Amino acid sequence: MKKIMNIKPTKPLAAFLSLLPFVIIFFVYLTASGERLAENPNDKLLPSFQQIYSAIDRLAFTENKRTGEYLFWQDTSASLYRICIGIGISSLLGLIVGLLTGLIPLARSGLSPLVTFVSLVPPMAILPILFISFGLGELAKVMLIIIGTAPVMMRDMQSHVRQLPAEQLIKAQTLGASTWLVSLRVILPQILPRLLSSMRLSLGAAWLFLIAAEAIAAQEGLGYRIFLVRRYMSMDVIFPYVIWITLLAFLMDYLLRKTSEKAFPWYHSNESGK
Amino acid sequence: MSFITINNVWKSYGDNLVLERLNLEVEQGEFVSMVGASGCGKSTFLNMLLGREQPTKGSIVLDGETLKDEPDADRGIVFQKYSVFPHLTVLQNVMIADEFSKAKVLGWTFGSSKKVIKEKALEFIEAVGLTPAVKKYPHELSGGMQQRLAIAQALMKSPKVLLLDEPFGALDPGIRSDMHELIHDIWQKNKLTIFMVTHDIKEGFELGSRLWVFDKVRNDPQAPNAYGAQVTFDLPLSARANKEDLNKMIEKVSSN
Repeated sequence: MKKIMNIKPTKPLAAFLSLLPFVIIFFVYLTASGERLAENPNDKLLPSFQQIYSAIDRLAFTENKRTGEYLFWQDTSASLYRICIGIGISSLLGLIVGLLTGLIPLARSGLSPLVTFVSLVPPMAILPILFISFGLGELAKVMLIIIGTAPVMMRDMQSHVRQLPAEQLIKAQTLGASTWLVSLRVILPQILPRLLSSMRLSLGAAWLFLIAAEAIAAQEGLGYRIFLVRRYMSMDVIFPYVIWITLLAFLMDYLLRKTSEKAFPWYHSNESGK
Repeated sequence: MSFITINNVWKSYGDNLVLERLNLEVEQGEFVSMVGASGCGKSTFLNMLLGREQPTKGSIVLDGETLKDEPDADRGIVFQKYSVFPHLTVLQNVMIADEFSKAKVLGWTFGSSKKVIKEKALEFIEAVGLTPAVKKYPHELSGGMQQRLAIAQALMKSPKVLLLDEPFGALDPGIRSDMHELIHDIWQKNKLTIFMVTHDIKEGFELGSRLWVFDKVRNDPQAPNAYGAQVTFDLPLSARANKEDLNKMIEKVSSN
């Protein structure tokens, strides 16, 4: 008998094992919900799949009578818009500041302590400041995502730039490159894939800040809806929304990974070789 | 006046004196191999030639001008590793050398100027024997091939001086002798001036036209850092002729 640390599952077994927990959770929920509903048909806590389905149908596929819009898609597009702008600006800032502070000692001395300081401010603590100064509109929510994720990305990018072997930078100089050309042709292409993985890691935080901001002040959005229907204990709405958010997060992560693999084959072959 | 003049160069880090009283002259076309125990300052000296480090005292004059205090296109370098750009193919790795000087703003060349650079790059790629691998990325190349690529890159700029920092240290013995032949040919063909640091004394003897041994002349056991190393042997090597003397010399040097 092999030691258990050396036993590798076959492909079908691996697939089965990864699906198993989901199936178990599904059936546990099904029985628990059935039992509770048998006892009290008005129970709100664990709605049946029927109820969840009709909630989805009502929100996603039925026109709102008053506004003629589909709430679910409206919420989705509002949230996606905020998170994409937020993460987009964050990564752009992360890239520029990280490259500057990583490569240029003068910029590092000037900016690095500030970035470190800002990254340690708990973003949620300054949410009131954002609402006060930027109002309750889109800007405050996007700003929260930026403040929450940009400093981390700046520091991440800076450390990646500094981890590039000094030999490469010297080699580029002996080939006649200026600071600008070293940034453009040696450093930038090498930290872009790292920026994408940094974005993937920041997505979790970005969703957290987005939903927090929407919960406090918004007129639409996935987080807003969840916190709105909480008042009526509408688990039949909350559950599909949570799963939908998870799915969106997964999809964004997947897209970023695939983009990176497509665009930077040299980076990923290095990864698998390690 | 010699091609390279080293005027009373000293190098220290704080209290730690690494090199002292270096007075040397090198003519164009010489191939200087530098050997010595680890920590003897041979790499420090190479870094000073490169512009990565500055002498604490004294000066190094290249072709009538004091060396610039940062790396530039006058001096080519091949390190033991990390000399090539992992995100570029072999061809791009070599082309980038001229793109740096031709496209100072964009960093990329297009059209006819790109074509000219490409042709030149392909010539150097052929000279180092990498033609079958032009489209490959460095991670797909063996260690020896990566070093060939690094040499081709350096040659693109026709540097006044080519510096080699233990370039073959990480290679297998068989590949190493191939590389010796390659670098020897390139040196002769391009009339390069080469400085090579190596920890392999035999390699130093075989390859160079001149051998420098770095060692401390004075040594104070109470203060091991008080004195720096100097070039204790400066041997002219008439290329590969005195093979019999070779072993004697190796013994003599390594007994030190």
